[in-house]
Amino acid sequence: MVTVRQFETMAGEYFAAGKIPGFIHLSIGQEASSVGVCSCLRPDDYVITTHRGHGHMIAKGADLKRMAAELFGKKTGYCKGKGGSMHIADFSIGILGANGVVAGGLPIITGAGLSIKMRKTDQVAVCFFGDGATNRGPVHEAMNMAAIWKLPVLFVVENNQWSSTTPLKDSCSVVDLYKRAAGYNMPGEKVDGNDILSVRKVTAKAVDRARAGEGPTFIENKTYRIKGHFEGDPQKYRTEEEVKSWQDEKDPLNRFSRVLFKKRFLSRKLADQILAEVQSKLNEAVTFAENSPFPEPEDALTDLYIDS
Amino acid sequence: MTERILSSSAALAEALHEEMRRDETIFILGEDLVSHAGIFGQFKGIPENFPGRIIDTPISEACIAGCGVGAALTGMRPIIDFHFSDFVTCGMDELCNQAAKIRYMSGGQVKLPMVVWCPDGAGLRAAAQHSQSLEAWFVHTPGLKVVVPSDPHDVKGLIKAAIRDDNPVMFFQHKKLFAKEGPVPEDDYVISLGQAAVKREGKDVSLLCYGAGYYLCLEAAEALRQMEIDAEIVDLRTLKPLDMETVAASISKTHRAVIVHEACRTGGFGAELAARIQDELFDEVDAPVKRVGAKDVPIPFSPPMEDFVLPSVRDVIEAARAITYR
Repeated sequence: MVTVRQFETMAGEYFAAGKIPGFIHLSIGQEASSVGVCSCLRPDDYVITTHRGHGHMIAKGADLKRMAAELFGKKTGYCKGKGGSMHIADFSIGILGANGVVAGGLPIITGAGLSIKMRKTDQVAVCFFGDGATNRGPVHEAMNMAAIWKLPVLFVVENNQWSSTTPLKDSCSVVDLYKRAAGYNMPGEKVDGNDILSVRKVTAKAVDRARAGEGPTFIENKTYRIKGHFEGDPQKYRTEEEVKSWQDEKDPLNRFSRVLFKKRFLSRKLADQILAEVQSKLNEAVTFAENSPFPEPEDALTDLYIDS
Repeated sequence: MTERILSSSAALAEALHEEMRRDETIFILGEDLVSHAGIFGQFKGIPENFPGRIIDTPISEACIAGCGVGAALTGMRPIIDFHFSDFVTCGMDELCNQAAKIRYMSGGQVKLPMVVWCPDGAGLRAAAQHSQSLEAWFVHTPGLKVVVPSDPHDVKGLIKAAIRDDNPVMFFQHKKLFAKEGPVPEDDYVISLGQAAVKREGKDVSLLCYGAGYYLCLEAAEALRQMEIDAEIVDLRTLKPLDMETVAASISKTHRAVIVHEACRTGGFGAELAARIQDELFDEVDAPVKRVGAKDVPIPFSPPMEDFVLPSVRDVIEAARAITYR
């Protein structure tokens, strides 16, 4: 969680400084969901994430240097500069890609689930998406299909309360999204998404179910998006008080450290040491990204088709 | 090489049997496939011979296409049946934003071997939402390959190439041609994608066509012969990649071209091909490049109107006469 938080904080700073082109979407405040879920997965399990996907990538084991380089648009990035923040993928560790189309990942994860079933392995396929995505048609199609075929899929909605600039109450017919699972005869789990231990507990159960061939689970991690929809978002749609109310006490990192301090798994000294180690790795990643070359313009013409 | 006379449907089913026996990662996914071997009987024998590898889905085109993408990314070789090609509109994100782009966006990390089988075309009095020819939409999407076979021989050779290709391939087969018969070799042959065929040699005008347009050209060429116009027929077979070399060789000989397709004319594949001809073969053409296609309206239901809207043999003849000045 510290790595995800620091990586995104760094990304926000470099974006503001004009070093990262385009636009980026940060998941600060939602780290317990990405890390909690991915920490229950094996390297050969599949994950599809969203435009807000840095956390899922890092939690699934992505390389920080190649991630940073991709954000900077460099040739050494995961996608050689062709994807950027919204399309980072690492197929070697089961990350089937971040997806720039809201809800775009759900039909694809269903196909990954079908593939697992046909190949008779015990892998699991996880799709992250936001509360805004739950209103798109393909979500209905994917959840129904995964349910009728009992596919080993976890549908993880990170309900961060805001669908871009529109609040949950104005975009969803229910406040508790997990209730929608009932319509697919699928278990729906409501989770305190800022508590990593709760996330892990529910995810582990769903993963066991999936590996045992008992079918998909819909998990709603209730959380909050601390930053704007995108970096630079003027955020006229919400108040500072609302944002503040989800920080400090409710912050997922603070909450987990409190538990660790209390149980004496963590000391102030160790915490400082972890922060310093993470910062040092991130510095290395940024240095790597900054020192890497941009792609040649003509590189835009490669990687479209593969020779069979 | 032993040849039999087979229908296009039988050629397709034979090719699928051979491919599915060869590679167990191939499977077929779509609506209403198992009980009738596809709604046109196009997968005859597959449900019995490959149980579990032809799968009925709910009516969920977006997810069917997305399932193909997800399965292709994780080691399978799916064939997606789109029921009627018109329904691709319900899966456009999965086809054009996902399948076409995932390899590119990831910097070439992955392959996406998927065939999207689309029964298309008019003439069955099926009206505007079950009759379209939409191939040009996909030619306009980098990352996809587009195949439109005409005769049974090509159906077998091209579907095999499409299945063995590691890229997403849109495969359009005209509904009205399923029963059309022709010689099909028994062998395991593959027609490379991007290879056109000169199916009738001639010296006066090149008829550039694909799919149902081929049969219009066959009839037109015979009528033109009686008018002492010697037409060459080039069946493009694959629109992307396009075999411009064969097109160039033909036009360099005839110096005249008529492009024939069933899709409506405006923005159709003929527009792209005509543009390339004027750009790359300007010195070779002695007359304007003509296009024959459907009129720019949705396909109407009532027979007199549908027949009027679709391109006819006579349209091909008139276009050829206009540019041969005879």
